[in-house]
Amino acid sequence: MNTPPVNEAAISIRNASKVYSSARGRTVSLDRVSLDIARGEFITLVGPSGCGKSTLLNLIGGLLMPSSGEVLVDGRAVTGPGPDRGVIFQQYALFPWLSARQNVEFGLRIQGLGAAERAERAQHYLRLVGLQDFGDALPKELSGGMKQRCAIARAYAVNPSLLLMDEPFGALDALTRVQMQDDLLATWQQERKTVVFITHDVDEAVYLASRVVVMSPRPGRISEIIDVPLPYPRDDELRLSPAFAEIRARVWRGVHHKEGAAHATTVPSPAIDSPTTSSQGDN
Amino acid sequence: MTPAMTHSTSDPAVLAAEIVTPESEPPASMLPLYLATLLLGLGLWWLASARSANALVPSPLQVAVAGWELVRDGTLLANATASLGRVMAGFVLGVALAIPAGFLMGWYRLARGLVEPWVQFMRTVPPLALIPLVIVILGIGEDAKVFVIFLASFLACVLATYQGVRNVDSTLVNAARVLGAGDFTIFRRVVVPASTPFIFVGMRVALGSAWATLVASELIAAPTGLGRMMQVATQFLQTDRIVVGIIMIGLLGFLMDRLLLWAERRLTAWQEVRA
Repeated sequence: MNTPPVNEAAISIRNASKVYSSARGRTVSLDRVSLDIARGEFITLVGPSGCGKSTLLNLIGGLLMPSSGEVLVDGRAVTGPGPDRGVIFQQYALFPWLSARQNVEFGLRIQGLGAAERAERAQHYLRLVGLQDFGDALPKELSGGMKQRCAIARAYAVNPSLLLMDEPFGALDALTRVQMQDDLLATWQQERKTVVFITHDVDEAVYLASRVVVMSPRPGRISEIIDVPLPYPRDDELRLSPAFAEIRARVWRGVHHKEGAAHATTVPSPAIDSPTTSSQGDN
Repeated sequence: MTPAMTHSTSDPAVLAAEIVTPESEPPASMLPLYLATLLLGLGLWWLASARSANALVPSPLQVAVAGWELVRDGTLLANATASLGRVMAGFVLGVALAIPAGFLMGWYRLARGLVEPWVQFMRTVPPLALIPLVIVILGIGEDAKVFVIFLASFLACVLATYQGVRNVDSTLVNAARVLGAGDFTIFRRVVVPASTPFIFVGMRVALGSAWATLVASELIAAPTGLGRMMQVATQFLQTDRIVVGIIMIGLLGFLMDRLLLWAERRLTAWQEVRA
């Protein structure tokens, strides 16, 4: 028999469903999804729009509650959001009236830390993301990449045991995105937090993950889980290797050809990069 | 293209290049144009009064002389002070009550359900329509005027505040929640700053509304005030004095609006796009 996963897994999702009722009927956003994520794993969730990947992330984050089933983090049922689970949003979600430093200090202030310790921790995490000289800048003075770095520093500062990232690099240009991926992996290797990362980009999904979870829509389900047995640290060399290409092809097929004919006519997925365009972005 | 092509992200020079510099070039000063249009307006006014067959159309010079007389005998200052005092009292009371009321409406369903129907209904009644009733009940003293101005300011500001609270980006609220913020912290550190730009818009609308209501109520019945001064001048056909009153009302309203605008610029400089 296997060891009981409750004690092993950082995140344990059991038969979780999320159903929305509206005037036009019921929408099953997530249909009886089960998934165990081990401590220190880097999981990416890929799939077309409407496959429920954001819903799944929000269930773990506690911003949504499941209609049925349960979500356990460190063995305890999730009842709401908490500083043990850091969330990075696609739209950065920095408080625009606070400087970069004050944004990073936001969660520390809630924890009741004194001014000196707040400043020290903020500076440490600003340095970690390379923003040590921009502590006093307002978000409107930062570029998209810098805003997201600041949001990452803010999430790290409260020392969560896991990080939930909802298409964090989706709004960035291809070159900044590659840079952010490398920086994120470098930070992850230092801090070894469990990461659940949503993306539309198959390349990004494979490059970052130790496991890629492929989801399919209507109703939202996990259609395939693909291991990425490539060693960290990863670099451009690996990105262009045949091993990488092979896994990418598998994920690609998982995302595009599962029930492809059924929904391709109704839901085109222009957000998903084609393999040729993504690989051009590497250089 | 983008500086992120380099791989040393901790290099400040690289990041500095990434920073967006707002307003890199100061726009050319509009002051000469403003002065030119002022002179043009005065010229047209003078021309109109000079060519008019009606002797009651005052020339700029007549108005300037009348204005100087009113300044010298203290009438203008006394009446302007009276008017300004009423506007300030009513406006400050109205805004001071409107901001908490708007927050309550935006934050609590109960408050919204109980307050919003009244606010929406009273909004359709011009405050001026209340003046007859208020004068009968409260008389022509300060209470009546301050009350009407209070009501006008309150109605203008409460809805703006309410809108501001309703429009707070839910992502920011979620961002605060996942950092461990409770309801009170979210209110104080997210909702209040995020709705500040809306509150300022409401305050500026309230100020305009307050002035309009003040002058109307003074024209109807008042012992002092700029409206009263104009009302007296009407009885003696002193059109020059009436124009002095109009200009004074405009100037005071303009200055107060600029003051609010200045405060808004300072307090909400963080906005990406100005509301």
